[in-house]
Amino acid sequence: MGILDSIPHVSAVLSHRPWPRAVVTEAGWRAAIDRLVEGGLTLLGFWGEPAAVHMAMLDAGSAEIAVVTYECTAGAFPSVARRHPPALRLERTIHDLFGLVPTVADDLRPWLDHYVWGKSYPLSGRNASRDVRPYQFLPAEGEALHQVAVGPVHAGIIEPGHFRFTANGEHVVRLEQWLGYTHKGIESLMQGASLEAAAKLANRTSGDSAVAYAFAFARAAEAALDIEVPRRATYLRALMAELERLANHFGDIGAICNDASFALMHAQTGILRERALRAADAAFGHRLMMDVVVPGGVARDIAPDGITALRTLLAEIEKVFPRLIELYDNTASLQDRTVTTGIVKADYARQFGAGGYVGRASGRDFDARRTLAYAPYDQLSFEVPVLEAGDVNARVWLRIREVEQSVTLIAQILDLMEPGEIRNAPPAGRGACEGLALTEAFRGDVLAWLRLDDEGCVQRCHLRDASWFQWPLLETAIEGNIIADFPLCNKSFNCSYSGADL
Amino acid sequence: MNALRDILSQGAQMSLVLGLAPLLTGFVRKVKARLLRRRGPPLLQPYRDLIRLMRKDVVLADNASWLFRVIPYLIFAGTWVAASLVPTFGNGLLFSGTADLIAIIALLGSARFFQALAGMDVGTAFGGIGSSREVMIASLAEPAMLITVFSVAMIAGSTQLPNVAEFMGSDAVGLRVSLGMAFVALTIVALAENARIPVDNPATHLELTMVHEAMVLEYSGRHLALIDLSSQLKLLLYVSLIACVFLPWGTATADASVARLVFGALLYLGKLTVLGFLLAVFETSIAKMRVFRIPEFLGAALMLALLATLLRFVSGSL
Repeated sequence: MGILDSIPHVSAVLSHRPWPRAVVTEAGWRAAIDRLVEGGLTLLGFWGEPAAVHMAMLDAGSAEIAVVTYECTAGAFPSVARRHPPALRLERTIHDLFGLVPTVADDLRPWLDHYVWGKSYPLSGRNASRDVRPYQFLPAEGEALHQVAVGPVHAGIIEPGHFRFTANGEHVVRLEQWLGYTHKGIESLMQGASLEAAAKLANRTSGDSAVAYAFAFARAAEAALDIEVPRRATYLRALMAELERLANHFGDIGAICNDASFALMHAQTGILRERALRAADAAFGHRLMMDVVVPGGVARDIAPDGITALRTLLAEIEKVFPRLIELYDNTASLQDRTVTTGIVKADYARQFGAGGYVGRASGRDFDARRTLAYAPYDQLSFEVPVLEAGDVNARVWLRIREVEQSVTLIAQILDLMEPGEIRNAPPAGRGACEGLALTEAFRGDVLAWLRLDDEGCVQRCHLRDASWFQWPLLETAIEGNIIADFPLCNKSFNCSYSGADL
Repeated sequence: MNALRDILSQGAQMSLVLGLAPLLTGFVRKVKARLLRRRGPPLLQPYRDLIRLMRKDVVLADNASWLFRVIPYLIFAGTWVAASLVPTFGNGLLFSGTADLIAIIALLGSARFFQALAGMDVGTAFGGIGSSREVMIASLAEPAMLITVFSVAMIAGSTQLPNVAEFMGSDAVGLRVSLGMAFVALTIVALAENARIPVDNPATHLELTMVHEAMVLEYSGRHLALIDLSSQLKLLLYVSLIACVFLPWGTATADASVARLVFGALLYLGKLTVLGFLLAVFETSIAKMRVFRIPEFLGAALMLALLATLLRFVSGSL
């Protein structure tokens, strides 16, 4: 119990697996915040229940994770965001959904709640009402400053989000995001859902990360129920996860170049992305591989001709991709746009615990696949590329390197996979239990936490997308850049709207 | 008799540029799509788009002034007249006696001025951004264009385009360094003026990076059709201008026979095809530059044009 040793707590919750969860007093809660502020621990997740708040924390050095719980007897909890800014949006979300009040909060503006739900604090279980106030953006003062409002409806077919720029001519002085337009009420739909239905919901949290979400949810459920997954199933899961990473990275590399109006790269990587999706369809019967990863294993085995399809895909990537890397590297006009644009400072990446390429391009060496070494990645050999520059170029290169790693991973899995069982049925009547899991989606670590009731139904489930800790960094990355470079920075982050709006 | 001939020739060229402009845009789009291994829209798609826009209702912002509604017609008129001043297949142009290259620049300049006004008229942030960027580009492109015209005019001894074309097509011209520089400068200016990559992207959906498209975001229906047609005319104008000054071969003289005119027209189509193809290849092989890089790019055009003029002063043969 490494992390909890230094945090005074009342009792540990025994049914929480695989990492410990402890109920803390106010002193313990404040001690935990202290550890976050010092930088000894990284905030992994922060979520609520009608009368409690939970905080998951990671000790990057020892790869340990712990959850602390504060019971809000008076409907309030000591604010985390006041001292540790990465918690801010999560804290506002907790307030929006459960009506719990952070004391004393500097910023209690609604986050997900746009006053269109027909009720306030929908998960609090009580009938409370909230004053409807127009959303106030943070002020920026200065003579020549003007505001540019972008979205939520954009000129292209992309997800909705509002961006409020304060600019001095072309130079951005402040960017503030306002999201929540794709709120679907996943946490509320999860309550009381059967494990099967809940897995489907988890799959659909953010469509581009369907496998990663299903993987995280399944592992959380398996940890809670304490069941083993057949070896073949773990390999199939990793196969799908890497295939998903490939498809998304191809799409991103092209899309970033396209935002610099270099459509050639977009067209070429578009072909690779399409091939990856078709291989996924051939192997697992669905282009995005939805509903294949389920608690206990996988729902269907790889199709007989799936392995050939995947090997053909790998061969094509190995043939075409090096030429595309060269094209990227040798197009001076493109490099001129990406190098030194939108720098994320290493300190911010560490403080916010930014996962995925955003963190790793700014020197934060964390990849759930290696740091937490979940099955089957403990059996596979791969590298985790890390860069220091933190600009758009670094985020592109990180994706390029990760594509190469994913290709070797898929090749290894295809070699190692042996015939066998693919699913263990979840046992009935385990009693109430809780599980926590992290998986590495293409854009960073996805956290899934759930509590199952006596009948094996989901009582509470929280899914935390990597974007929660990346979106705020985009606000810092654009400062001092020009408005016209925002699309490029934004695409290099490619944060999820759907995943963060829940 | 000559007057009638010139009227006919002028009329034919005016309708020709109007009719061909959407085709050139469609052609460039098609080639770009093929280079990206896409099938691309049909060549005639720009015509269909114009017809579709013409049929649609105009949606006006509540606070749009009368200027906002008038400007599309002004832009279209200015651009069309400017385009009809450039010899395409024949040199016999009725208007050329009253308007020269400088008049063309002035016509395009005023069209741009009105466009920038319209961008700011409704008061949206994007229109303002677009107008400010457009004016920044114009303040650099127009001087470069003027000096290019001076250097060409000094060599040819006239600012009347038919005279320039005639001189360029004759043996008197020879191989000149200053002409090469003027050609590069004119090409750069043409890219900037027509909102092409690397200065602007005509196909982008990213409202924050737009220049020309940002200014016209609020337009719809027939207004938008006119503005689109004007942009297409402008592209044709610049391509014709480059063809007329630097590839003048085959352009029919004012008193040419019908066969010569037809030959000139076919050759003109060939020139458009080649230049349009080159434009598509260039646009595919380069990324758009940062907004604050554009002054350097256009600065190069200005310097080249200046150098061309200077060289001409230093030695009559350069």
